[in-house]
Amino acid sequence: MSDGWAWPALFLLGAYHGINPGMGWLFAVALGMQEKSRQAVGRSLLPIALGHGLAIGLVVVFAGLAQVVLPLGYLKISVALILFSFGLYIFFRNRHPRWGGMQIGFRDLTIWSFLMASAHGAGFMVLPVLLAVSAQGHHFPASEYHVHMSSLEEPLTNLLAILIHTTGYLVVTGLVALVVYEKLGLALLRKAWLNLDLLWAIALMATACFTLLL
Amino acid sequence: MALLRPDPTFYPSPKMAMQAPPEKLAFLAMLNPQHNGRPDALAVVDVDPASSSYSQVVGQVEMPNAGDELHHFGWNACSACLSPYAPHAHLERRYLIVPGLRSSRIHIIDTKPDPRQPQIVKVIEPETLAERAGYSRPHTVHCGPWGIYVSALGSPSGDGPGGIFMMDQETFDVLGQWELDRGSQYLAYDFWWHLGYDTMITSEWGTPNMVEDGLNPEILLKSGYGHMLHIWDLRRRRHLQALDLGSEQQFALELRPAHDPTRAYGFLGVVVSLKDLSASIWLWHQDNGNWGVQKVIEIPAEPADPDKLPPILKDFKAVPPLVTDIDLSLDDRFLYVSCWGTGEFQQYDVSDPFKPKLTGSVHLGGIVRQASHPAKPDQALNGGPQMVEVSRDGRRVYFTNSLYASWDEQFYPEGIRSWMVKLDADPQGGLQLDSDFFLEFQDLRGHQIRLEGGDASSDSYCYP
Repeated sequence: MSDGWAWPALFLLGAYHGINPGMGWLFAVALGMQEKSRQAVGRSLLPIALGHGLAIGLVVVFAGLAQVVLPLGYLKISVALILFSFGLYIFFRNRHPRWGGMQIGFRDLTIWSFLMASAHGAGFMVLPVLLAVSAQGHHFPASEYHVHMSSLEEPLTNLLAILIHTTGYLVVTGLVALVVYEKLGLALLRKAWLNLDLLWAIALMATACFTLLL
Repeated sequence: MALLRPDPTFYPSPKMAMQAPPEKLAFLAMLNPQHNGRPDALAVVDVDPASSSYSQVVGQVEMPNAGDELHHFGWNACSACLSPYAPHAHLERRYLIVPGLRSSRIHIIDTKPDPRQPQIVKVIEPETLAERAGYSRPHTVHCGPWGIYVSALGSPSGDGPGGIFMMDQETFDVLGQWELDRGSQYLAYDFWWHLGYDTMITSEWGTPNMVEDGLNPEILLKSGYGHMLHIWDLRRRRHLQALDLGSEQQFALELRPAHDPTRAYGFLGVVVSLKDLSASIWLWHQDNGNWGVQKVIEIPAEPADPDKLPPILKDFKAVPPLVTDIDLSLDDRFLYVSCWGTGEFQQYDVSDPFKPKLTGSVHLGGIVRQASHPAKPDQALNGGPQMVEVSRDGRRVYFTNSLYASWDEQFYPEGIRSWMVKLDADPQGGLQLDSDFFLEFQDLRGHQIRLEGGDASSDSYCYP
C-alpha cells in the first residue's frame, strides 16, 4: 500500500466509528457507572475494541477471498451494492441485534461490539479504502493479471489496515468514555447525541458511489 | 421518522428526569361500565394550573368498539431508549399503547400533532394477539430494551398461563411470547425490571376466568389467587426463582422497582391477607446474588358496622384497606399507597427501604368513610384512592377511584361515581389535596393516568 492518504483515512474512519455513542463508548461509561468504578470503564474497552476489529477483519478477509474468484471490477460493484443497501436499510429501518445487558463478561462484550459494528456495516465502509489503494498502487507492467489485483490479497497489509482502523476506533472510544465518565456526565446525551445513524446511512451510500468511481 | 436529536423527554437518569418541566396535560383511560353499547375512551385532562381549563377534560377519543375495559397503558418509547447496549435514542415518545383488558384489543393512539386531539392510528385485534403470542387480556405496558413489553393475564381460552409478549417499537406488530422458559410461573399481572441487573420481576393476580366475573370468594378462601413474585433473567428470558409471600397473601399486584438502575430492590403491593384482611407492602431485594422478599408495611383493616358494608364484606365486620396501587417517586424516596377500601391515601418515606416511615395521609371516599373533597365538603364520595401517578419532579400526585368494573360492583355496589384529584407533595414529606382540582366524570370512570412527557411509572432509566 503506497498511497499516503490511505493510512490516515483508515485511522479517521476508526475514529468516526468510535465517536458514535451506539458503538461502544456509552456502553463503557454505563458499565463504569453501574459498578461505580473507572476501572470498569477501562476494562470494557479492550473487548469492545476487539469485537470491532474482528468485525472489520471478517469483512476484509471475506473480500480477499472473494477476489480470488471475482475480477476486481465485479468486486467493486458488489461492495458498492452492499454498502448502498446497508445505507438504505439503516436510513429507513434501523434495528439492532438483540444482544447485551449490564451484567456482561469479556466474551459477550466482544460479541456485542462485533455485532454492533457488523450491523452498521462498519467493515464494508473500510473496504473501499483498500480497493482504492489497489487500483492505483499496484501496477506491475510485466503482468496484466496483477493489474486487477488489490492490496486485499496481501495478508500483512490487511492486518495492518485492520490494526490502524481499530486503533483509531479505540483511541476515540476510550477518550470519549473517560472524559464523559470523569468530567462531562451523561446530561450531554440529551443534546449532543446526534442521530449519527442518519449520517451513517448517508456515509454508507456515499462510500458506495465512491467505490464505483474508483 | 427518526429524530435528529434524542426526544427531549428522554433522560439518562431519574435524577435528571426530576428536573423536567411540569406536565401540562394528562392522559386518562376512561371506562364505560354501563353496558349500553357505548365505547370506552381516552381522555385528555388539563393539569396546567395557569390554564383557564385547569382540571377539566379538554379532549377525548372514543375507542372503535364497545366493551374494551381500558385499564393500564403506556408509551411506545421512554428513557430506556437511551440504553447503552440497545440504543434507540432518536425514536419519538409519541404513541400510547392502550390495551383493552377485557377485549384484548390493543389501540395505538397518536398524541401528535395535537395532544389534545389524540388519534387512533392502529388497532390490533385479539385474534392477532392470540395467534402471534398465545396470550390474551393485555395489561401492563413498558418500553424497554429491544421493544415494547406487555403483560397478559392469560391464554385466549381465559385460563393460564399468563405472561409477557413483545411488540415492535416502530410498526407495533406483536412479535411473540417473551418467555423462553417460564419455569413454575403460571399467573401473571404486573412486571418491571432492574435494567442494571438484567433482571425482570413479575407478579400475580389470577387468570381471566378467575377474575372477570368478579372476585370469587371460593377461590379466595382457598388462597387460589396470586401470592408469588417471579425473578427472571431479562437477557436470556428465563425464569430464575419464585418468591412465595405465603398463601394467605392474596393478589400480589403492583411492582415498583427502584428507579436507580444500580439499586436492586423494589416494592410490591399486596391487596389483602386472609388472616386479618390487612394489606401490605413487601420489599424484594438482592443480596450477594440472591433475591429475597420481606414485608415492610402492614396496614390493618378497620372495624365497621356490617350494615354499612357490601354483601361480600358483611360477615367480616371490617373494611379491608385493599391496597390496589402504589407508586414510587423518581428519587426512590417516597412511596405512595392507595387504600381503595378504607379511602385512605398514604405517603411513606422509604429512604431506608427496609424501614418505611409514614409521612402523609389523606382521606377520600372509602366504603364506610366516604370522605369528601375540600372542593365539595358536603358531598360524600365513593370509590377510593386507586390508580396513582406521580409527576417526574415528585411534587404532584394524581389519582382516580375505580378499580375494575366487575370488582367495583362488589365493593361499591351502589355504583362508583368517578373522579380524579390532584395532591401537592412536599419535597420533605407531607401531602395536601389541591382544592382547585376535583374532576368529576359523568358516565365514564377514570382509570390509569399518564402524564405528558412521562411520569413516575412510565420510564425506565439506564444510568444512575
